[in-house]
Amino acid sequence: MNTPAPQIPLMRLDARQHAALFPPLLAEAHRLAASVVMGSHGRRQTGPGEEFWQFRSAMPGDAWRSIDWRRSARSDAHYIRQLEWQAAQSVLFWIDGAQSMSFTGDKKRPAKGARANMLGLAIMILLVKAGERIGLLEDLDPPKSGETQLDRIAAQLESRARADDYGIPDQRIFPKDSRAVFVSDFLGDWAAIKDVLARASDRGVTGALVQILDPVEEAFPFDGRTEFQSMSGAIRFETLRARGLKAAYLDKLAARKQALAEIAARTGWQYLCHHTDQAAQPALMWLYSALEKAR
Amino acid sequence: MTLFGAIGFLAPTLLLALLALPILWWLLRAVPPAAIKRRFPAVTLLLGLKDPESTPDKTPWWLLLLRMLALAAIITGFAGPILNPKEARLATGPLLILTDASWASAPDWARRQDKIDTLLQEAARLGRPAVVIPLTNPPNITAELPWRGARDWAEEVAGLAPNPWEPDYAAFTATLNGLANADFETVWLSDGLKREGRAALAEKLDKIGNLSVVQTVNATLAISPPLYRDGIIVAKLLRSRAGPEQSATLVAIGPDPAGIERKLAQIEAVFPAGSQEIEVEFDLPAELRNRIRRFAISGKRSAGAVSLADDALKRRKVVLFAGQNPREGQELVSSLHFLRKALAPTAELIEAPVRQSLLADPDVVILADVAKMTSTETEALRKWVEAGGLLVRFAGPKLAAASLSQIEDDPLLPVRLRAGGRNVGGAMSWGSPKLLQPFAKGSPFFGLTIPDDVSVTSQVIAQPDPFLAERTIASLQDGTPLVTRKDLGEGRVVLVHVTANAEWSNLPLSGLFVQMLERLAVSTRTAAPSKADLAGQLWQPKQVMNGFGDLRSADDLIAVEGERLAGGNVARDLPPGTYVNGDREIAINVITPDRQLAAAVWPAGLTVSPMQTVAEKPLKALLLAAALILLMVDLLATMWLGGRLRGPREGVITSALVALFLLSPGFAPQARAQDARALQATAETVLAYVKTGDARLDAASEAGLYGLSVTLTKRTAIEPNDPIAIDLETDELAFFPLIYWPITESQPIPSQEAYDRLNDYLRTGGMILFDTRDANLGGLGAGTPNGRRLQQLAASLNIPALEPIPSDHVLTRSFYLLQDFPGRYARSDVWVEAAPADATRIEGMPFRNLNDGVSPVVIGGNDWAAAWAQSRDGQYLFPVGRGGYGGERQRELAYRFGVNLVMYVLTGNYKSDQVHVPALLERLGQ
Repeated sequence: MNTPAPQIPLMRLDARQHAALFPPLLAEAHRLAASVVMGSHGRRQTGPGEEFWQFRSAMPGDAWRSIDWRRSARSDAHYIRQLEWQAAQSVLFWIDGAQSMSFTGDKKRPAKGARANMLGLAIMILLVKAGERIGLLEDLDPPKSGETQLDRIAAQLESRARADDYGIPDQRIFPKDSRAVFVSDFLGDWAAIKDVLARASDRGVTGALVQILDPVEEAFPFDGRTEFQSMSGAIRFETLRARGLKAAYLDKLAARKQALAEIAARTGWQYLCHHTDQAAQPALMWLYSALEKAR
Repeated sequence: MTLFGAIGFLAPTLLLALLALPILWWLLRAVPPAAIKRRFPAVTLLLGLKDPESTPDKTPWWLLLLRMLALAAIITGFAGPILNPKEARLATGPLLILTDASWASAPDWARRQDKIDTLLQEAARLGRPAVVIPLTNPPNITAELPWRGARDWAEEVAGLAPNPWEPDYAAFTATLNGLANADFETVWLSDGLKREGRAALAEKLDKIGNLSVVQTVNATLAISPPLYRDGIIVAKLLRSRAGPEQSATLVAIGPDPAGIERKLAQIEAVFPAGSQEIEVEFDLPAELRNRIRRFAISGKRSAGAVSLADDALKRRKVVLFAGQNPREGQELVSSLHFLRKALAPTAELIEAPVRQSLLADPDVVILADVAKMTSTETEALRKWVEAGGLLVRFAGPKLAAASLSQIEDDPLLPVRLRAGGRNVGGAMSWGSPKLLQPFAKGSPFFGLTIPDDVSVTSQVIAQPDPFLAERTIASLQDGTPLVTRKDLGEGRVVLVHVTANAEWSNLPLSGLFVQMLERLAVSTRTAAPSKADLAGQLWQPKQVMNGFGDLRSADDLIAVEGERLAGGNVARDLPPGTYVNGDREIAINVITPDRQLAAAVWPAGLTVSPMQTVAEKPLKALLLAAALILLMVDLLATMWLGGRLRGPREGVITSALVALFLLSPGFAPQARAQDARALQATAETVLAYVKTGDARLDAASEAGLYGLSVTLTKRTAIEPNDPIAIDLETDELAFFPLIYWPITESQPIPSQEAYDRLNDYLRTGGMILFDTRDANLGGLGAGTPNGRRLQQLAASLNIPALEPIPSDHVLTRSFYLLQDFPGRYARSDVWVEAAPADATRIEGMPFRNLNDGVSPVVIGGNDWAAAWAQSRDGQYLFPVGRGGYGGERQRELAYRFGVNLVMYVLTGNYKSDQVHVPALLERLGQ
């Protein structure tokens, strides 16, 4: 009698493949994150936390137990030792995993999606180190902190199935005043993107928009009779002379970028256009400081 | 086959397809190029954009033209075009192929054979019987030509060769007349020379059937036998047609002193436009002239272009010597007067005492009435005769009185003589002067006619002897000998029993005297021999010539009678060549002196076609290949137009083109590479080695110098960079203080420029370490192959006198104190420039005062590089000595030698100055 025994090695093989894929991504993100010097990540105001913030004269109403006796002993007044507020923030990530992100104009360049994953993971690592909670937008679980969450997210990013041509952020209720990072090429349905951003800003969510584009998408180096297809082939456009379209295309691309920048400015978000032929590090630095600003 | 000019087509109907091209043009124009499918995520941005051009993208006209051309090439190619197609003969009936097969057909004989072959093949294809007849060697034909299947002739044609004689047209015309029923077509491959009977034969053949003539376009060149005129050899070059200017090279060929045939002289002759003959003069020294065996027009392979030389061009060296002539000033009675007169036009005369004149290596020595000679003279003469000389003696009063050789045989006289001689018919004697008896058969004079008035009044008489009869070659009517002859060694001794002047007989006054001298090979003839000259003699062919002008030895041929030879008409029974009789030699040449060459004249109305030289050339493959290339170009162009060549591919193609461009020689990067080398070589001290072309040896040299460099860096202030390999032909040497040159047997000798640079290098203070790597088993440079190679390599170098390193040489103490200089081997001497002879050793000093110069070379055979060789990780690459501790010690000493050597090169003989240290110290102390 035939047993389904052969399936077990197959599964194992699959797992191994995933395992093999996963550490490099994380490792690469770690390497990228390591290049950012950790600064102070406190809230810069008093509140519950672990780090010392300031001594303040005790005032009526302060609990006795909050008086720092060691400091007070050095003078006549009483001092209270205040700690820096270190309430962890939730940062939600939408890292576009649609098929359009798997495009690359040159075999030597990483696909847009790969860059997006790496950039996202790297900033997540930095945030986790700073004690923030992170989570993926499509993940229904609340954002969490810690290395396990990182590993989980990394695995999730790797194992996503890419079905849609273009990604649209999931409709989800953002935690109030949380942070968000959207990494995508933003080439999909403009209305949907606008809608999500509008709703996020309604909830007081601020964050960063990182638009990742391939240089080919910026340059449009095509000519001759060409049929352009989306990555799944669902959307087609045929032209007889591609070169003739270049100007119009570039205008539209600039308009899309402009729109993104405008909507970001209006809602208090930060916007960056990143190209896959550039180094990832400046983008990470920008993203890091953008999140700093936001909190 | 259809013909269009020089091009024919196998399938011309296919060319109709060319008509479809315009339609195709229209179609291709109407259809835009296919769309490229591209994945492009930003397609969403494109949606809704208006295509700026409403009309489809047209294929550009030049691309269309390219495609049309390709298509046209394909169509034409498949139509089977053939360049220079041969016309097919469609005639039927038998085919006669006549070929002149004379010497004049020889230069292009292979082409003629090809032509006959093609004719035969065609005939075979059409089933025509054929016959091939060479007119110089026609078969015996009685009633009918020997018709056979055309295919049968092919083998015979391959064996056909031109003959050196002329074809006999009259005889063949007669043969044709004798044919019973003749009806055939004729193709006549003519050699293009005018001959008698040619027109008649052509007319006859034309009457029988269709005659077509094929003949060479080129003029036939020939050389008329050179003549001797006033000390200069004059050769006449002939050509059959007075065309434009034409040059020919005439060479004289003969043995050099070692007996090897060489070109002795060469003259470029130019026929002026419109002239048919030119004269060429060879002004050669007598030595060279006498050695000439033949003249030839170089590059023309034909018997007519070769002219054999014979006696007519030779001038024998003849020594004339008479005993004392008491009656000085009486020229006409001088015993040598008539000899001089007879020989002066045809021989080089030397009149000097025998001993001196023998040094000039004469051909003939004539002694006129010489009786007494010293024994050394006799001995010298005898040796000379035995070595092949000809000694001719004339009698006279002194010889008669000398009573020489009366009892014993004198080696220098053919017969023993009676004392006194005899007088007949004089005032004091009875009888009448004796006449000459006709020359007997077997005598060299046989055939000469004797004038009636030649008579003899006195003679010396030979003693009766068993040999007398056979030694007598001319006698008087009473049977007494007039001329006797005997062989001595390789040479001969001849005695004429009368005087050389008119005292004893009037023979010297007659023409017979001259002829006799010629037959004795004393003099040589000046003009072509007449019948009378050669009458009665048999001439053995020595070398004969074939139609191509190639000589072969003729031992298997029978002798030819002189009368036949005198006619000079070359024919089957008288092939051209050299004929000998005794010491005389006659050359029979194809071209007689009065021969004129002229172009053949054919009866009017006859088609004369040139020999087809251009081969059929099918163009199909060529056209299809062209079409393929055009299509490839089209492919590239289409890709470029369609934008498929953009991006990385464009880069690839551009870089390929750039690479192609860079491959062209003499491009700038080479110079840059040279600069980079120069920088590398000069930034630090660098040791260098000569690339030998043997990869393993070069690697060993590299590793050796690397090892030495490492050692130097560790132990001394010298810190060399990685060693550099030098190509002697191209690289600048001036950057290197020391060049290590290992010798291999197979190493090429550098060019002269390379030697110039090496010598410059040595002169300006460079040093080369030569290493034969064979432990000098055979002593310096003598025994081993590497040593011999070293000698060859160093032959062009300015190397001073050498000596083995003396014990007080600076090399022994420039860093380490050494007395041995081992490498992998430790047995050989190492040689350096010898110390100057005046180097002195100051009393109390350990060294001589050797303060100048660094030896430009160090030569040894210890294979130092192998001992030094280290890999990059410090491993030694070769075992040294017998290995073990001793081996490592030897390696250490080898390194020390290397260190000393580099120190010596860089610091010169600074260490030598130490001889002054005691003096300096002393002075300081004061």
